[in-house]
Amino acid sequence: MPPESVSLPAAGALAKPSDAAERSKARARAVRRRALLVNGARLLVLVLFLGLWEWFSRAGVIDKFNFSMPSEVYDQIRTWVMHGTAQGSLAEQIWATLQEALYGWVIGVAAGVLLGIALGRVRFLADVFGPYVKILNAMPRIVLAPIFLIWFGLGPASKVASAVVLVFFPVFFNAFQGAREVDRNLVANARILGASNRQVTFQVVIPSATSWIFTSLHVSFGFALIGAIVGEYIGATKGLGLMVSTAQGTFNSAGVYAAMVILAVVALIAEGLLTFLEKRLFRWKPAESGAR
Amino acid sequence: MTSNTSPAIELRGAGKAFRTPSGALHTAVRDLDLTVERGEFVAVVGPTGCGKSTTLTLVSGLEEPTEGEVLVGGEPVGGIGGNVGFVFQQDAVFPWRTVLSNVMAGPRFRGVAKAEARERARDWLARVGLSAFEDRYPHQLSGGQRKRVALAATFVNDPGILLMDEPFSALDVQTRALMSDQLLDLWAGTGSSVVFVTHDLEESIALADKVVVMTAGPATVKEVFTIDLPRPRKVEEVRLEPRFVEIYREIWSSLGEEVRITRERGAAHAA
Ligand SMILES: Nc1ncnc2c1ncn2[C@@H]1O[C@H](COP(=O)(O)OP(=O)(O)OP(=O)(O)O)[C@@H](O)[C@H]1O
Ligand SMILES: [Mg+2]
Repeated sequence: MPPESVSLPAAGALAKPSDAAERSKARARAVRRRALLVNGARLLVLVLFLGLWEWFSRAGVIDKFNFSMPSEVYDQIRTWVMHGTAQGSLAEQIWATLQEALYGWVIGVAAGVLLGIALGRVRFLADVFGPYVKILNAMPRIVLAPIFLIWFGLGPASKVASAVVLVFFPVFFNAFQGAREVDRNLVANARILGASNRQVTFQVVIPSATSWIFTSLHVSFGFALIGAIVGEYIGATKGLGLMVSTAQGTFNSAGVYAAMVILAVVALIAEGLLTFLEKRLFRWKPAESGAR
Repeated sequence: MTSNTSPAIELRGAGKAFRTPSGALHTAVRDLDLTVERGEFVAVVGPTGCGKSTTLTLVSGLEEPTEGEVLVGGEPVGGIGGNVGFVFQQDAVFPWRTVLSNVMAGPRFRGVAKAEARERARDWLARVGLSAFEDRYPHQLSGGQRKRVALAATFVNDPGILLMDEPFSALDVQTRALMSDQLLDLWAGTGSSVVFVTHDLEESIALADKVVVMTAGPATVKEVFTIDLPRPRKVEEVRLEPRFVEIYREIWSSLGEEVRITRERGAAHAA
């Protein structure tokens, strides 16, 4: 906190130690007050949003049939939790989606990191494959989902495949960039210190590319979820995406929103886990930039 | 494989031109002729940007000369030799390794067992006064401390040829004197050959057997001065000797001119 370092020495000459303690307590109080204010304001925004939605819907300002309202969404979630969905219990649907996303994510990340680093390190590979990667990347890959459905059927494999293609590219490009932009001095130093090419790759390039890769992991888990959901939406026997499409098919708009809410919660939890992992892994980084 | 009579380092008409982004050739150094005998301590001084760092990268094998020859131990340099240590001008410690692990890196790369590498690293950390910091990460150190980590990481490999690019410029005056004395001790003990680049003329005279003055860029060797001050030297004491001042004056009249040329060029560019 800048105020701390500024006010302390200035007052230090005059103030007795008890004054200083008093002041630091006051400062702590101010920090708490601010946190309370921010959180309160956040809550207010949410309440306002939900309240207006509910009110407009009930008053007929917006079409209740299309836009539903929070209380109905809540009821829908409650029904799913208590009595399960048309395809089975809610937990089962969430787990199905999560599993597909997770498999897709792991495969996509592994492939992306491996190929990214390989192409980043080996000039020849980069020159040969570069244009193809660009072409594939330029394609809107979500259109592959129906093709995967034809190839792999209604089961989880087609969803995993859509997740993989969505995850692969951002991870690949970040790993590639990370491997390319390794500090030349660090590489030179490692080589002078006696590192072989292999050692340079594993002990210099990969560690310094990890922060690049991690940046993409955050985004890419979201992509994995999108891939799984879209896959399910197009055709599946289980999962949140299927719930969305079922709700849509029966003109149950509350069901669509409810599935969205559940999705958001799942995504947020996954994001939190990743951030936690990242903090553990990047203890060597200065605190400010550690939690990118 | 090498005859013991050949000099440690020999540059014969060596030059290096870089390709600039616009495609033009930029000559960094040209017509370099320089010999460093075995066990000799050579200091290189010259105006900023003249090509001192480039010269060191040629000797280290990190870069190839575009002209002439560079010989280390009598053989043309082809790639990085195992006997070379290089303290870089820029920070080059590994930020994801702790201080201890950074100093262990060289021996570990070279296949030394972990326990022995750790022992040697600890020994060197003690010598540079960083024993208490071995678990820290580089971002938790001051600039001078990081430099000392780099020094320890280089020395722990026992290089026969030591290239140092302004290694002490980030250190405070006291540590600098301490490290300089230590460098002299180490050098006297191992008999390694040293090329030491610095901006500090006093430092170069206090340390070296030979001071090489380079011209304004593209650099070539302008003059080589032999420093006949007796050894062993203590850098803080040797500065006070009348002979030191004499040598200083002599070298400065040569170097000062090149510095002036460089400065005028810079001013002309700015205008
Ligand atoms: N990789 C490079 N590509 C293009 N030009 C370069 C490259 N490295 C150095 N140069 C140029 O070569 C010249 C010499 O650079 P060098 O780093 O050797 O100077 P120096 O004498 O070490 O300077 P200083 O004392 O400031 O460290 C400079 O003009 C610099 O711009
Ligand atoms: Mg330099």
